[in-house]
This record gives sequence, structure tokens and C-alpha cells, in this order.
Amino acid sequence: MSVLTYIESSNGKIKKNGFELASYSCELAKSLNTDVVALTINAEDVNELSSYGIKKIIKVNNESLNKFSASSFADIISKVADNTSSSHIVLCSSLDSKYLAPLLAADINAAYVNNVIGLPTNLEPFTVKRSAFTNKAFSDSSVSSEKIIIGLSNNSFGLVESSVSTEIEELDFEVQNSNLTVDSSEKVSGQISIADADIVVSAGRGMKGPENWNLIEDLADTLGAATACSKPVSDMGWRPHSEHVGQTGKPVATNLYIAIGISGAIQHLAGINSSKIKVVINNDPEAPFFKAADYGVVGDAFDVVPRLNEKLKEFKAQNS
Amino acid sequence: MKILVCISHVPDTTSKINFTDDDTKFDTQGVQFVINPNDEFGLTRAMWFKEKQGASIDVINVGNSSSEPTLRKALAIGADKAIRINSEPLDGFFVAKQIAEYVQTNSYDLIIAGRESIDYNGAMVPGLVAGLLKMNYVTNCTKLEIDNGKAKMDREIDGGKETLSCSLPLIIGGQKGLVEESDLRIPNMRGIMQARQKPLEVLEAFEFSSNTNTIKFYKPEPKQAVKLVSADNLDELINLLHKEAKVL
Repeated sequence: MSVLTYIESSNGKIKKNGFELASYSCELAKSLNTDVVALTINAEDVNELSSYGIKKIIKVNNESLNKFSASSFADIISKVADNTSSSHIVLCSSLDSKYLAPLLAADINAAYVNNVIGLPTNLEPFTVKRSAFTNKAFSDSSVSSEKIIIGLSNNSFGLVESSVSTEIEELDFEVQNSNLTVDSSEKVSGQISIADADIVVSAGRGMKGPENWNLIEDLADTLGAATACSKPVSDMGWRPHSEHVGQTGKPVATNLYIAIGISGAIQHLAGINSSKIKVVINNDPEAPFFKAADYGVVGDAFDVVPRLNEKLKEFKAQNS
Repeated sequence: MKILVCISHVPDTTSKINFTDDDTKFDTQGVQFVINPNDEFGLTRAMWFKEKQGASIDVINVGNSSSEPTLRKALAIGADKAIRINSEPLDGFFVAKQIAEYVQTNSYDLIIAGRESIDYNGAMVPGLVAGLLKMNYVTNCTKLEIDNGKAKMDREIDGGKETLSCSLPLIIGGQKGLVEESDLRIPNMRGIMQARQKPLEVLEAFEFSSNTNTIKFYKPEPKQAVKLVSADNLDELINLLHKEAKVL
């Protein structure tokens, strides 16, 4: 019995959430009195994982896995889980990992619990705390099956540094042909995705029109933040759907969420609830967002945002 | 083309979330239930196939009799037949096994579910069904076209999108983008009248067990009051974010 974690990479580099995943998996293994094996697929340099307690890494490198395939990746994890007799598999909450998780669960007959926000609160039966109702509530879920796949919420656990020496094993994997193919993929280049961002700058109808989004983009640029928007904004086509944050859009679990000209409908608040610090800028002091925020500025976005941007630039210049 | 749309019966997005029975059950009192929004985008796309390319649409739900009004609504929107597997939906694994078992004896070209239900956010039912039946599967699907038994779809990825293709049968986890919000249909009187005549089949559940159990629900801790900063003193905001919140 051991803990297996699949750590994602992008262009050969371990993704940032991989270190949180490694930290969580090591702590989980400690409580289960067992070891951790980390699996990477097409990662080049995996040494950084040694700083987060990972003593064993299984590396699969295969050109035909350069394009993500949920079924092939699930197959690899399944095979490695079998080889290492892993009973607990820890995955991150990226769209790719959430895509492959149920395929893996069906394959190895495991329970899949996602949106997990901490270490088990009990081992017999295995019980974890999860968010539910799009962060409007939490639940303690117990698991009765032998094998368990844990989907860890982004930014819910943090990092635990622990330098160890790491053994790396390379594994060959034969990719099965599938008639489901990825024909093309586009990533918005030069921009940080909402999933990877530490800071998200989000704006709503208060911006009055898509032509004013340069204010939001400039601020995001200064902060190294991703941009997001409210549902009405994406419904009106001012911004792409991929930026829509909320119950039917994307969940955001970031360190700092800045909401500009967003009134704070219950569905929007649900989507951003697990962000650590929320700042609201709105000219309506009665906007419901003020009840959900940590810090608030009552003021006109067109006045406040450019001034805030200038001040942040000064701050960054002094603190870098 | 035979389409099956999986329908989850969920509290409306504006619902207040409360719990009863010692915080072990969701309190349904005063809560309006709806078709899970992610499923509704899929159902609406299915209607497009029915009207433009010719297709039959069955809708399926694993639930007790309280989900029948939601299934009737799906029929009023334009589905041809509804199936209810009569059981409490114990967990995602249980629901997926029920649907997979049903699909095995009633084959479909296309199965549409939502990427997740907005209540328990399990995000697993379509993927488990696909895994159990070894079917092609794409989730976070934001576009779906079918031509001559070939499907082309867009999938949202972190920071972008990708385009995929495959042959049928196929199961997707749908979301907004599959159709626009403005394409969603409110059943008209004719649809509602017709829905009463359409078949709603109730089947006994297959004997599967669940593999998870919710022991207790919690509500988030009440939030501390917001700290207001004057718009004339933005230095103070930066200072608070830097020194107090430590996020800058």
C-alpha cells in the first residue's frame, strides 16, 4: 500500500500546483504510515520535487503523450498504481486531472472524492473534508472502498518543504490507439490562466463596455494577475466564456481576488468563495459583494482603478 | 441518432443552502429545484440536433419521485421520453452505475451530461459511465457538432481550448458554450401539454452500493465585516494587502 500522486507538467516543467500536491501526498502518507510515489508524464526536470519530500519518482516520457489524452493518462496512472500497489491516488484540480479522474476510478474500481480541502480527519473509515454546493458549504465524506482517488482543491493545503534525496525510475508505456484525437489546441499566450494565477482581477457590468477593459488588463499586468469577469459580461459577449467566474462558470481559488464593478450575485460569490482575500471596488456601497469581501473601496472604477494601478506600480518598484 | 441526456435535479442557483437531521441532509424546504444548468445546456444542444438533423431524445434521472417535475420540464422543452431510475442518488458512483447499466441494454449514439452538478459538484458521472462502458468521452465540452457519425468538439482547457474529434458513440460532459444562455428554452403551453402525454418510465434501481457517504455538512464560518478603505487613500489598501493580508 502506498500513496501515488500524478504531478502535471507543462512544456516539460512541473506545474506550480505539483508542489502543493507533493506536500499533501507526503503528509497523507505519513498519516497512513506508508510511502509516496510521484508520477510525471513528459516532464523533463523533476528535481524540484525533492524539496517537497518526494523520495521516488516514476517518469514516463513518450512523444505520443505530448498531447493530453484523458484515457491514455488514466491508463498510465492505473498501471503505475497497480505496479506500486497504491491504495490512495492524489490528483490536482486542473481541468485535465478532473477529466481523467473518473475514467481512472472506473478502471480500478476506486471511489473518487474531489474538492478535498485537507488531510483525512479520520482513517477508519477514511474521511475527508470537501467543499460542496460550489463552496456554499462543506461536507465530511467517508469512503468505504479500498482504493481512493483524492482530488485536492487548488491552494487548499499549501506547501510543506522537506529536502530529501530522490530516486527516479523511467517507465516505458505503450500508448493505445484511440479514435478520439486532439486536432488542435490554442492557449492564450502571454496571459496567465485563472487556474494558475495567484491573483485574479475580475470585472463586471460596472465597466460599462468591453472597450474599457484596458483598465482591468493594465491592473492585471501590474499584478501579474489573470483577468476574469462576471456572468452578465460573458453573456453579453464583452469577454470570452472562459473568463466567466461563478457557479456555472469557473471556480476561483486564488490568494487575492479583486472584484471591480461586480455587484456580487450569490452565484458569483459561490464561485470565488474559496479565494483567500477578496477586495471589492464598487460605487454602490449597498452592493452585496461588500458583505463577502475582506477589503472594500467605495468608488468609481474609472477613477479608482487607474490610480490604484499607478500606486501598485510604485509599490512593485520599491519592493522588487 | 439516439441521444440520451442525463438530468440531475438540483437546487436553483439562488437557493439558500441549509441542512437538517443533525446536519446530515440538505434541507429542501422552500427550495426550488431545477434541471442542473450544465445538463440544460446539453439538453438544448440535443434539441438543436433533433430539429436540424433528426434525432430522438431520451432523458434519464436517478432519483425519487420528487425529481419528476424536473423530468416533465425536460419533456416540455422537447425530449421524447423520460426514464427515472427509482432510488435516492446515493453518490456519483452509484448514479453512474445505474446509468451505465441502463445504457448497456438501450444503446445510444450520444450521451450528454453536464460537466458537474451544481449541488455536490462531483464531476464524475459522465466520466464514470464512459469508463465503465469504454466509450469515447470529452468533458468541459463547449461546442459539439455531429456529421455522418463523426463528432467534432471543443473542450475548455486551463488557459485555452482544444478541438477534438471522434466517431460515435460518445459521451460528453457539457457546459455553457454548448449553447448560449440566450438559447435556453422556456417551455411553452403547447410543450407543457404535450409533456403530459409523453412516456415517463419508472424503473427499479439495480443493486449497487455507493462507495462514499456524507457524514456531516457544514456552512462556512461567518465572515468578518469588510474593512473599508477610502478611495482617496489607496496607499492604505496596498499597505493592508501587503502587511496584514500578506498577498502582495
